[in-house]
Amino acid sequence: MFNKIYDWVDERLDITPIWRDIADHEVPEHVNPAHHFSAFVYCFGGLTFFVTVIQILSGMFLTMYYVPDIKNAWESVYYLQNHVAFGQIVRGMHHWGASLVIVMMFLHTLRVFFQGAYKKPRELNWLVGVGIFFVMLALGLTGYLLPWDMKALFATKVTIQIVESTPFIGEMLKTLIAGDASIVGAQTITRFFAIHVFFLPAVLFGLMAAHFIMIRKQGISGPL
Amino acid sequence: MSKNRVTRRQFLNYTLTGVGGFMAAGMLLPMVRFGVDPVLQQKGDSDFIATNQKISDLTTEPTRVDYSFEQQDGWYSSEETGTAWVYKDENDKVVALSPVCKHLGCTVNWNGDKANENHFYCPCHGGLYTKDGTNVPGTPPIAALDVFPTKEVDGFLHLGKAEPR
Repeated sequence: MFNKIYDWVDERLDITPIWRDIADHEVPEHVNPAHHFSAFVYCFGGLTFFVTVIQILSGMFLTMYYVPDIKNAWESVYYLQNHVAFGQIVRGMHHWGASLVIVMMFLHTLRVFFQGAYKKPRELNWLVGVGIFFVMLALGLTGYLLPWDMKALFATKVTIQIVESTPFIGEMLKTLIAGDASIVGAQTITRFFAIHVFFLPAVLFGLMAAHFIMIRKQGISGPL
Repeated sequence: MSKNRVTRRQFLNYTLTGVGGFMAAGMLLPMVRFGVDPVLQQKGDSDFIATNQKISDLTTEPTRVDYSFEQQDGWYSSEETGTAWVYKDENDKVVALSPVCKHLGCTVNWNGDKANENHFYCPCHGGLYTKDGTNVPGTPPIAALDVFPTKEVDGFLHLGKAEPR
């Protein structure tokens, strides 16, 4: 059944080379944990991606209930966690996944660093990776405010004070991210929501695409 | 060894698809159930809403009864209002009709039109209903007005959720 549909499409559109190009590539022996168990360190990048996929999916589902508004944010989070089926699990996936993605990314960075895999010709990919690192941190930071509880509010006040300490343009930057010169409130939460849900993911997708294209183009670095 | 030898490639395909599918399902199942929850949520039996209308004050003439109730919409609760046209029929039975016109949903009024005495009249397109809520043929509505289930509690009228006939 599936094969017949596939053949029908393939006959017309010749899709085989497209996915072959993505999926068909040899895994060198030195990165295969079946050959050398220590090669599990090569899994961290893939695990980061896997957790990122979970973050994207669970985040999409959470926005079905969440409202980025000072009156309703906390209420809607309380509702989705306590009154919607699997609410605790879906919010839990997003909550714990946020930390896990940072952990996996950090381990991946350590592996690349200590193996010297960032060296020529892979310097650009390292730079893109650093970009992804900061985008992920920013995603964690902006997402922290959204439940609009006391922890979120005070953490964001601290964040805004840190931003304010930037030389010369601190005041402007603060107003730019908080939406108001002195209040952390209605305009802050909508901004953080927009940044968390639209702007940063868009940047993340671009950087991840560049990261993956480069690794396919250059191949994985050789054995130590 | 059976006749149909499973090749190494087939075996890996099946096991990897199976394991991968299992993992994907484990990931997606809670999320999908979470997303479709409003469809599957059990609604409690429709509660009766108390009104300020004394049953003993009702006559055979339809009276407008306004009532208000607390509406819970997810995390948002609000005070909503509603209206019913209530009277006692010849058997002294309480009849409560919904004021929502069955044509396009405007609000009907008892004796709203001077030319049609003792009818419910909808000002939007001239729909008419007789006193028992039956739509008058030749006017726009295609069905009779919805009826509220009624209940008497301590002499006061309580209304359920309006049902089509």
